[in-house]
Amino acid sequence: MAEPGVIVIGAGPAGVRAAEELVAAGLRPIVIDEGRRDGGQIYRRQPEHFTRDYAALYGSEAQRAASVHRGFDALRGKIDYRPETLAWNIFDGHVHAVREHRTEKLPYSALVICSGATDRLMPVPGWELSGVYSLGASQIALKSQACSIGSRVVFLGSGPLLYLVAYQYMKAGASIAAVLDTSRLRDRVAALPKLLARPGLLKQGVAYLAALRRAGVPVHTGVEPVAIGGDPADGVRNLTYRDSKGQQHQIDCDAVALGYHLRPESQLADLAGCKFVYDDTARQWFPQVTMEGRSSVRNVYLAGDGARILGAEGAENAGRLAALSALADLGKTVDATRVATLRQAQDKMERFRQGLVQAFPWPQEQAARLPDSAIVCRCECITAGELRRVVTDMGAQEANRAKAFSRVGMGRCQGRYCADAGAEVIAHAAGVPLEQVGRLRGQAPVKPLSFQTMEEPQ
Amino acid sequence: MNSRFVRLAETSRVPVHFYIDGAPAQALHGDTLLVAIMGAARTLRSSEFDEGRRAGFCLMGACQDCWVWTEDGARLRACSTEVRDGLRIVTRNTEAVWLNQA
Amino acid sequence: MKPVNQADVLIIGGGIMGASTAFFLRQRGVSVILLERWLVGQQASGVNFGNTRRQGRFLEQLPLANRAHDVWTRMPALLGEDAELLRAGHLRCAYRQDAADKMEVYAREAREYGLELELLSKAALRSRYPFLGPEVIAGSLSAQDGHANPRLAAPAFGRGAARAGAHIYENTEVTSLAKDGEDFRAVCADGREFRAPVMLVSSGAWASKMSAHFGEPVPLVVRGPQMAVTEPAPYVIGPSLGVAGGTLEETLYFRQVKRGNIVMGGCGRGPSTTDPRYAPVIPAHTLTQFRQMARLAPVVTKLNIIRVWSGVEGYMPDDLPIMGPSATTSGLHYAFGFCGAGFQVGPGVGETMAELIATGATSTPIDAFSITRFESQLVAAEPHADAEP
Repeated sequence: MAEPGVIVIGAGPAGVRAAEELVAAGLRPIVIDEGRRDGGQIYRRQPEHFTRDYAALYGSEAQRAASVHRGFDALRGKIDYRPETLAWNIFDGHVHAVREHRTEKLPYSALVICSGATDRLMPVPGWELSGVYSLGASQIALKSQACSIGSRVVFLGSGPLLYLVAYQYMKAGASIAAVLDTSRLRDRVAALPKLLARPGLLKQGVAYLAALRRAGVPVHTGVEPVAIGGDPADGVRNLTYRDSKGQQHQIDCDAVALGYHLRPESQLADLAGCKFVYDDTARQWFPQVTMEGRSSVRNVYLAGDGARILGAEGAENAGRLAALSALADLGKTVDATRVATLRQAQDKMERFRQGLVQAFPWPQEQAARLPDSAIVCRCECITAGELRRVVTDMGAQEANRAKAFSRVGMGRCQGRYCADAGAEVIAHAAGVPLEQVGRLRGQAPVKPLSFQTMEEPQ
Repeated sequence: MNSRFVRLAETSRVPVHFYIDGAPAQALHGDTLLVAIMGAARTLRSSEFDEGRRAGFCLMGACQDCWVWTEDGARLRACSTEVRDGLRIVTRNTEAVWLNQA
Repeated sequence: MKPVNQADVLIIGGGIMGASTAFFLRQRGVSVILLERWLVGQQASGVNFGNTRRQGRFLEQLPLANRAHDVWTRMPALLGEDAELLRAGHLRCAYRQDAADKMEVYAREAREYGLELELLSKAALRSRYPFLGPEVIAGSLSAQDGHANPRLAAPAFGRGAARAGAHIYENTEVTSLAKDGEDFRAVCADGREFRAPVMLVSSGAWASKMSAHFGEPVPLVVRGPQMAVTEPAPYVIGPSLGVAGGTLEETLYFRQVKRGNIVMGGCGRGPSTTDPRYAPVIPAHTLTQFRQMARLAPVVTKLNIIRVWSGVEGYMPDDLPIMGPSATTSGLHYAFGFCGAGFQVGPGVGETMAELIATGATSTPIDAFSITRFESQLVAAEPHADAEP
């Protein structure tokens, strides 16, 4: 029987570059892609018959996006590409992948997981109303569907994406009510030395901000969200916030794009048995991974925002490094100089990442201030008060125990959008450090799996 | 106004005819089902555990908040499904769809 | 409460057996220390299917199950919570006549123990439970049985016991047990020591090591339940359901909770591991459950599952638990090895063991569960194929 090959999960910048390296070394990897088209999220491709050019879609990232797309296109015929395919489980040295209800068990000698990230959310009272979307969602609506999420949008949150998407909306002719950044000037100033690791990106961020202001878009920093108001049947009507001086304001709007940078999609790494480590600066758990992409599990490699949030260019480097590590561990000759160069490039990305975490901090203090009536778990409609009660009245001080008692994290999204804030609420209610709350245990399926799923006949 | 999303470009595409709760609706070829519904309605399902209606959230297949029923009892995740002619989506009173023997 | 290290009774293991025993001992004014390696109710008691059924149990278990049934009814009064108990019946379904015949025999025999079962024809099933698939030819309904939330029940007993003065130490791993003169002595990983003249070993899959230490090894086999849960769907399925008389692959069971999720399990066994972090669900078992649901209740196959889970359960080769006094050591008692079917009897086990420990006897017959039955056989045999939880 032939030696099982290499599987790459994900066809964003990390997955594409990993596949490129493997093909260049003479392998024919399987590339599993949940999307209909390659590109992942940041370089999500519009439907084939759409007409907007790369500049319109990706702005300053147009060249990088084009390069990643061309890179993938050149791989056709040289890889075993599985689009619209979900890797729903990893078990016993096999990836279980389903497409149109047909599931296959794929063995691997090396697995490169490039599963990307989603937005990181902190609840706002009223965020369960129709018309509230993640920041990433608002960008996807524009980029791949040429839509604005509403006729009068408020952008709220923090991170580089906030300004980028607002700018893209402005350029595309959408109506923006305001851009509200929870980060404070002094944090951004303090982070400058690290942000200067990537001066081009820093300049861009400043340019977006300036362009928004020139276009008359109200931009406020140092804000604290108070509530999103509206009608449960129809959705968002307004947003209330406190400005940096503590003054309360209400803005009319019919859509809110909300997000605080990113959280890794690490469920597959979890199922593969990878160890996780807690990052106290970012207040997040990440799978343990070296700069060369090695996880704690032999023959499992991790790259891109699903492992370490280094952005799109960092993901490309990480994809290459992970593939090169897999090749080396499989006994192939690998160019040590290339590895060193890529590692050096990643050092810059890592420094910039730390700057972002400092400049646009996760607003952990908002968790403690959430009113008891605020919903923490959107899927199950569990409030902060209900979550606090299982801590104080039932002794739950750990994430999985609190989930068992409160149902926070038991919904369809399995904690993607409630786990981070939920952990902060638990930590505060229990009076323990966030790390002690732990993280939610991962189980298959990574996403909902239909009863109609059947094994592919061998 | 019975729509939520606003089209900013790519408007000359072939129309797609589908149904929401039995009423005809129109989308454009290449729309995801979620975008199609948001072009003709304000919400796409009822929350199970409170009085609210939902309209999707992440648009990238992560939040699982946009699963809808078809009239013949299929489950579709609207943001990752392409709209096609003849699709009949149910967004209200979905109990009957589930219990109907296929 | 100030920590203590001496009590009337030392309980090793805080699943539903240990936690409910602690509660009922406190009702009798007996002082209790309970040592739990992780958190109360987190292992088999917390991951099981959640059936609260008397139907289908070995006849010798019915007195205990009847007693437990009464405790479940009184739980709101005893503990101030009900662990989401839903009594809309337990329905066993047969695909074949031989299974239907066995259900009929069981119904006759169970009646002697006060358990009234209603046998249902195919037509009656179709009319009452229209979601059942056409392959189901007969059913047996235990109208007062049902299901509850296993994540809540044992912890509720634990908190009730603590409120009543039991000393419960979680995250406390016992590293050695011995009888030291008059007292049992438990030494823990962090060096703490606890003593009592009476000890109950209720540490589930980990108990057979302890019984072996006291000279009474038992052939306990560890297995992982294969569980899954769906997204929520409108609540219409009242009874808890299971397939009777089928092959292992056919033995699917499921229940719908009020919030609408459907919990299911069966059709295969998980591998043996006593490390709860690693107890896996075998993907092929989940796919088998999908296939079997298409036979048992086709409407459910329109849904998606959103999670699977397993855990650590202890099985005995005759599908009966170990319950009662030690044969080698006076003052020592056991309550473990409930073969994946301990949830419903759990509260009854607690009340019974408390009675036995406090008074020296119990009105509930438990001789069939005596540890002595394994004195002469140390060979591990496979549990029965159709074990339903």
